[in-house]
Amino acid sequence: MTAAATERDEERRAMTASGEVAIDIAGMNKWFGEFHVLRDINLTVYRGERIVVCGPSGSGKSTLIRCINALEGHQTGRITVEGTELSSDIKNIDRIRSEVGMCFQHFNLFPHLSVIENCTLAPIWVRREPKKEAEDRARYFLERVKIGDQALKYPGQLSGGQQQRVAIARSLCMQPRIMLFDEPTSALDPEMIKEVLDVMVDLAESGMTMLVVSHEMGFARQVAHRIIFMDEGQIVEQNEPEAFFNNPQSERTKLFLSQILSH
Amino acid sequence: MAGEKSVAFVAERQIPPSPPPVKTGGALGWARDNLFSGVFNTVATLLSLAFVAYILAMVVPWLFLDSVWNASSLQGCREVDDGACLAVINERFLQFVFGFYPEELRWRPILAFVLLFVAIWPALFSSAPRKLLIFSALYPLLAYWLIWGGSLWGPVGAVVGLAIGWACIRFLPPLVRGRLDEGLAFLAAVGAGILATALWWLFCVTAFEDALGAVLAIGLEPVESARLGGFLLSTIIGVSGIAGSLPIGIVLALGRQSNLILIKAVCVGFIEFIRGVPLITLLFVAWLLLSYFLPPGTEFDLILRVVIMVTAFASAYMAEVIRGGLAGLPRGQYEAADSLGLDYWKSMRLIILPQALKISIPGIVNTFIGLFKDTTLVIIIGLLDPVGLLQPIRADQNWNGIVWELYGFIALFFFIFCFAMSRYSMYLERNLDVGHR
Ligand SMILES: Nc1ncnc2c1ncn2[C@@H]1O[C@H](COP(=O)(O)OP(=O)(O)OP(=O)(O)O)[C@@H](O)[C@H]1O
Ligand SMILES: [Mg+2]
Repeated sequence: MTAAATERDEERRAMTASGEVAIDIAGMNKWFGEFHVLRDINLTVYRGERIVVCGPSGSGKSTLIRCINALEGHQTGRITVEGTELSSDIKNIDRIRSEVGMCFQHFNLFPHLSVIENCTLAPIWVRREPKKEAEDRARYFLERVKIGDQALKYPGQLSGGQQQRVAIARSLCMQPRIMLFDEPTSALDPEMIKEVLDVMVDLAESGMTMLVVSHEMGFARQVAHRIIFMDEGQIVEQNEPEAFFNNPQSERTKLFLSQILSH
Repeated sequence: MAGEKSVAFVAERQIPPSPPPVKTGGALGWARDNLFSGVFNTVATLLSLAFVAYILAMVVPWLFLDSVWNASSLQGCREVDDGACLAVINERFLQFVFGFYPEELRWRPILAFVLLFVAIWPALFSSAPRKLLIFSALYPLLAYWLIWGGSLWGPVGAVVGLAIGWACIRFLPPLVRGRLDEGLAFLAAVGAGILATALWWLFCVTAFEDALGAVLAIGLEPVESARLGGFLLSTIIGVSGIAGSLPIGIVLALGRQSNLILIKAVCVGFIEFIRGVPLITLLFVAWLLLSYFLPPGTEFDLILRVVIMVTAFASAYMAEVIRGGLAGLPRGQYEAADSLGLDYWKSMRLIILPQALKISIPGIVNTFIGLFKDTTLVIIIGLLDPVGLLQPIRADQNWNGIVWELYGFIALFFFIFCFAMSRYSMYLERNLDVGHR
């Protein structure tokens, strides 16, 4: 075990012990029509914890993290985010959404707005910040994701990697307490994957609570406190990264890892 | 080995960037590339040129060289030359423009027309001062007052009604905050606002007008609707229809996507009913049937009724055009807006509609142009739009037998308006184009 990994395990134990819960999911089930996508999900995410979710296509990873900011509704069970329970109450949902940032596989930037407008829109209209203040912070975060010089361009004029970094900056401008990532690099070319992952590692080091759906196992090894493996709507296995990769318990995990690591 | 080449290759140097090649050949080169490349293109070009020349050879002498501008009858024209008898347009021009609007008051519609451009300027060009939008909002009532005349307090009373409605929507929801679901409170406030406005308009405006008129009488000489006609009438109906159908169409399109069954049903019902009925039927309803439904004694201006019907008709089409734009947006845009915590109205206004409307521009302008040309249908309920004015002219002893000149003149008027709209929409599309997605 590397020193860094040991240190991370220590960190995680401390978080667990502190009991500061960011997200708590208990006995959650979800169906799409007849199809049981998420089956009895129980998951507690502590403040500052970084979790990578992996699993085969169609196993419900996206659906799970989309339930956390109510892009999808769940049918049974309970989801609590930063102390607020997700119910059908619109006010709760809006409060949670402004605490939780989300990055999508296809970026979903607003193509009719410039980069800086993308970043200031929500702070100005949701948080009612003065324009100047919002712009200053947008510039700070754009600088931090290393595209300060593109602020006045439109999303259509940027490369995929740049767009995804703008999307991350856009979420950060709302100063969320939790960041969700749904396969942020899987629509990108290898060269761009690295620039996005660098930003995410940087974000991880700042202590952000992160829930990342990703197949980037290198990234998982490097930053995750915990790895969750899902299959057929179920959490099949979860563990600290070293143990997860070196000593998987379930047959399905072993099969998945052998497939994903063989190339 | 002789003759066998290796595929291995290494660039010896970095090629420096150079400017693109200059276009060569000028006009001749362009013509060779675009008009005479190959046998087929050459033949097609020559045939087209011959056709254009043939048409011009007919039209130019008729319209320009041999035309007659001054004569008092068709015979008079023929005595001078055998080209177009434009004297009829010369003589009836003002009637074509104003209908039977009193001569000494014609400065009023002219002023309204000039102010129209001031009012639409901020809506059309983003470079215009934003403050002008206030003027744009007040313009419809100002134009109404200028054209129809009467006491100033009538339009002011109408504005007060709108203000009452707005105040209900703005200030009622906070009063019940916490006691009622927010969406429900908003809907209730909108309902209350519409009701209050309607009640004010139905029962209080007249009293308001009389009361203030007694204190301070400001008014213009009233002009009856029956005296309006010609291009003035087409423009009134067309512009009101255009200005009204876009916002109503947006609301209907959003309503059609709503999760609230009641709202959705109302919108779908309205759209499907209006679209399923010919405009002529609606105009007949406006003309004949509405007076049965209104309380006896209510004066409800015919032109206003027609404007309402034309607007409703265009709104239904507009709603479907905009729905197409809404459906054309990727779901990710809605999700991104939601995930940032924008509520429904903000995400619609800031994210969804700007993009959906941009996609829909060709369809929207198409509907506008259709609406504008459909205003000529009002002839069948006896309004004297330009086409309606033709009948008396053609029946006139002096001008009996003139066809091309008159219809051509009307066609030119509509063409100018419609072509301008089409050009503007192309300008707008180019202007809003900010790189591919
Ligand atoms: N809106 C929907 N309606 C019906 N079924 C859906 C819907 N969204 C997802 N599903 C189904 O739910 C299952 C889980 O989907 P989900 O997108 O969560 O998978 P995933 O693990 O993220 O897969 P991938 O790695 O391909 O992104 C899939 O079988 C999918 O077909
Ligand atoms: Mg997915």
